[in-house]
Amino acid sequence: MSIEIRNVNKHFGTFQALSDVNLDIASGELLALLGPSGCGKTTLLRIIAGLETPDTGSIHFSGEDTTDVHVRERNVGFVFQHYALFRHMSVFENVAFGLRVKPRGQRPSDAQIKQKVTDLLKLVQLDWLADRYPSQLSGGQRQRIALARALAVEPQVLLLDEPFGALDAKVRKELRRWLRRLHDELHVTSIFVTHDQEEALEVADRVVLMNKGVVEQSGSPQDVWDHPASPFVYGFLGDVNLFHGRAHEGLLHLDGVAIHTPEHADAQNAQAFAYVRPHDLDVQRYTPGASGIVATLSRAIVVGPIARLELLPVENNQPAGHDPLIEAQIPAQQFRELGFKEGETLVVSPRKARVFLQPQAS
Amino acid sequence: MTSAVLPHGAVPPPVARRTPVRVLPGFNLTLGFTVFYLCLIVLIPLSALLFKTFTLTWPQFWEAVTGPRVLASYRLTFGASFIAAMVNVVFGLLVAWVLVRYSFPGKKIVDALVDLPFALPTAVAGISLTALLAGNGWIGQFLEPHGIQLAFNPNGIVIALIFIGLPFVVRTVQPVLEDAEKELEEAATCLGATRWQTFSRVVFPSIAPALLTGFAMAFARAVGEYGSVIFIAGNMPMVSEITPLIIISKLEQYDYAGATAVATVMLVISFILLLVINGLQSWQRKRSAGNTQ
Amino acid sequence: MNQNNIRTAQRGTTEAPWVRYALTGIALVFMFLFLVLPLAAVATEALRKGWDAYAEALREPDAWSAIRLTFITALVAVPLNLVFGVAAAWCIAKYEFKGKSFLTTLIDLPFSVSPVVAGLIYVLVFGAQGWFGPWLAEHDIKIVFAVPGIILATIFVTFPFIARELIPLMQAQGNDEEQAAQVLGATGWQTFWYVTLPNIKWGLIYGVILCNARAMGEFGAVSVVSGHIRGQTNTMPLHVEILYNEYQSVAAFAVASLLALLALVTLAIKSVAEWRMESELKALAELPPERPTPARGATAGIAN
Repeated sequence: MSIEIRNVNKHFGTFQALSDVNLDIASGELLALLGPSGCGKTTLLRIIAGLETPDTGSIHFSGEDTTDVHVRERNVGFVFQHYALFRHMSVFENVAFGLRVKPRGQRPSDAQIKQKVTDLLKLVQLDWLADRYPSQLSGGQRQRIALARALAVEPQVLLLDEPFGALDAKVRKELRRWLRRLHDELHVTSIFVTHDQEEALEVADRVVLMNKGVVEQSGSPQDVWDHPASPFVYGFLGDVNLFHGRAHEGLLHLDGVAIHTPEHADAQNAQAFAYVRPHDLDVQRYTPGASGIVATLSRAIVVGPIARLELLPVENNQPAGHDPLIEAQIPAQQFRELGFKEGETLVVSPRKARVFLQPQAS
Repeated sequence: MTSAVLPHGAVPPPVARRTPVRVLPGFNLTLGFTVFYLCLIVLIPLSALLFKTFTLTWPQFWEAVTGPRVLASYRLTFGASFIAAMVNVVFGLLVAWVLVRYSFPGKKIVDALVDLPFALPTAVAGISLTALLAGNGWIGQFLEPHGIQLAFNPNGIVIALIFIGLPFVVRTVQPVLEDAEKELEEAATCLGATRWQTFSRVVFPSIAPALLTGFAMAFARAVGEYGSVIFIAGNMPMVSEITPLIIISKLEQYDYAGATAVATVMLVISFILLLVINGLQSWQRKRSAGNTQ
Repeated sequence: MNQNNIRTAQRGTTEAPWVRYALTGIALVFMFLFLVLPLAAVATEALRKGWDAYAEALREPDAWSAIRLTFITALVAVPLNLVFGVAAAWCIAKYEFKGKSFLTTLIDLPFSVSPVVAGLIYVLVFGAQGWFGPWLAEHDIKIVFAVPGIILATIFVTFPFIARELIPLMQAQGNDEEQAAQVLGATGWQTFWYVTLPNIKWGLIYGVILCNARAMGEFGAVSVVSGHIRGQTNTMPLHVEILYNEYQSVAAFAVASLLALLALVTLAIKSVAEWRMESELKALAELPPERPTPARGATAGIAN
């Protein structure tokens, strides 16, 4: 089942949570809504579920307008951030709940319910916990039961609100892989909300980046990583260094270095900034006259295969309030061969950069 | 269900801004019933009181509420309630402290017993306190020869009001003491404070809002108290007559207007106390929310 | 910190032993004087003339009608207040709306109003000179100085108990489980019955038991409304007053002893309910462990 979101606006009091959001979700897709807290991703998820109503705009399930349909009738599965398991029911009864409350005409028999619940518990590999109560389960187990419960009613779309947020790192990694495999098996249209970019990029078919109630970019994980559409996306995904400079006719001038920016060929001495990934920085020993930013090595963290270098520019020409620290990454092997020492003066030059012009003040 | 998909970018006709839908059903039903019940049980009868009061002219009203007997009863009622609430603050704090910080055999029973004044009917409390403190009672028989009379005079009223107000202070302070961070006291001790200094400068200020709230609640309850007081009070006009009793005697003389006037005064004071208590409780909540960082 | 410093620090955060004993002693003496002695006095005075006189006092027909009336009042007032309490708690805890704090304040009102004023207002509405007085006289319906008036006054004084217990409890438990039930397709009643009710069970019991104790023991409000007609409009507390004023001390204390017994039973049930509520709220607040210890006696397989 596909989902179409059209022109959705939502505000809470004076806070605008969503501004004119448009999105299409294909049937069977596993989509991630990614963004910092407060960006509106959970609000959007809840609007799709029917737990909130948009101020204006509409939601369509496979072309049919479901904006005014009550959540009960939408046949969605929702997994809450804190699981919301029914604490006075056993695991079995929790999973069976959706089947037991169906109207008399549609309710399956007890034997059918038992079969279905057992199958689901086997699917999430927790059939041995059927008689336990939620308080006796670990966080990861509760998560999987919540998922089984949502799947029991055979929803057309599965919605997960920060599914792994409350778990520790190791369990999170396991469950991420497990969710991906489950989706590959079931092919239910699924949307999950997260603020963890690693999670989104690793698990989803498509990533939608949101910031301050607006969709910044939507595309495959590879897509958004390689071709970030806006400064926000670039800054949000992965580590990045930010440099301020001036762009003039296809060249960006930073301290001591010029970068080719053919996409800004007609810029006339415009203020601009460049995003450079730490592994795209070239680090050499300082020799007078070398092109690049002169900086002192303030800290070198060499753990594992990567050497992470923290450099402070000798001349700070960046605007006030902007942290001048430069983060570079070079292979640990190279670091040892070059023999840099903390306190040494080095020269840093970007091999590749993404340049954005400062939006003109109107 | 059609399988058609809206063409990408197609804009459906604009819809006016929606009123938010509540997901959980039952809002109208429960709110309606609640308001209906409150109107029937509380608002309509209370408005009868106010309307009746308005049938009095201002001089009549003034005369009814400031007669010498009535004034004496105000002094007695509020004075005794104040003293009783103060005593409860001191001993209530003590009892709460002992229950939270120390252990001793039978502590659970003592803890449960604190709520006895909540559960015991006021009339039963009244006659048993009288039996204890009257001249031939267990306690009275020791004190009367020394000239200390605790029954059938204002002293008895204070004691009865201490009884019924005790749980308010204890139950308001107890949770605050339980949540108090031991680390603050440890920090003070490390910095060189004596136990008393730690208590008076660190612990006491953090429980002060709860103490104040408990005081206000005990005071409010004491002001209106009737059943436990009338047996032990003696009920002599101008000396040991409490305001609720004045209302009843006016009623028995069919002076509905006079009874209503005095009742209105008591009601207004109840409202003010209620607002004060609510304000104190939200202050207390804000304070404790700041502490649990 | 070496051992000595640790010991000193611990000594620093508790009082000296003599202080502890003194404070505990004073607290216990205070509690004994104010709480235990009155209870003991009730028992002693009731049995002053022996078991026979005690039993005789309780067998008296007026005492019986007082007991019956008290039970009827509670039987009507408590269920009505239960429905109100649940409805009010649901609408206050689950939704946001304007005027919510005013509603909550209104619910707290009976706690600060004197019971005598509470009784008076019903006399003003339903009494002979009240608003509905002439209409009621016309239709020969008696409310004031009859059982309905007693029930109304009792409802006024006791309705906050259940609501005030449930509101913070339901607020602490949040809406997530109810919303989950909605998403899974449950109707409003199914959600309330299967999800909410089990969660508030102990708070309900606590509120009902307090409401009942107050309903059976209410004195001031009922005194104003009842007319003190022996054998007809006397509840147990009023009957105690009548007997006491007639110097029938043993009989008065005999009836009072029943009420005192009720109070003790109330305290006992209340303690249990309170303890269960607390342990549930605590379990709510704790984060789940990542590798929990299995439940005692749990077997690996499930019985099919």
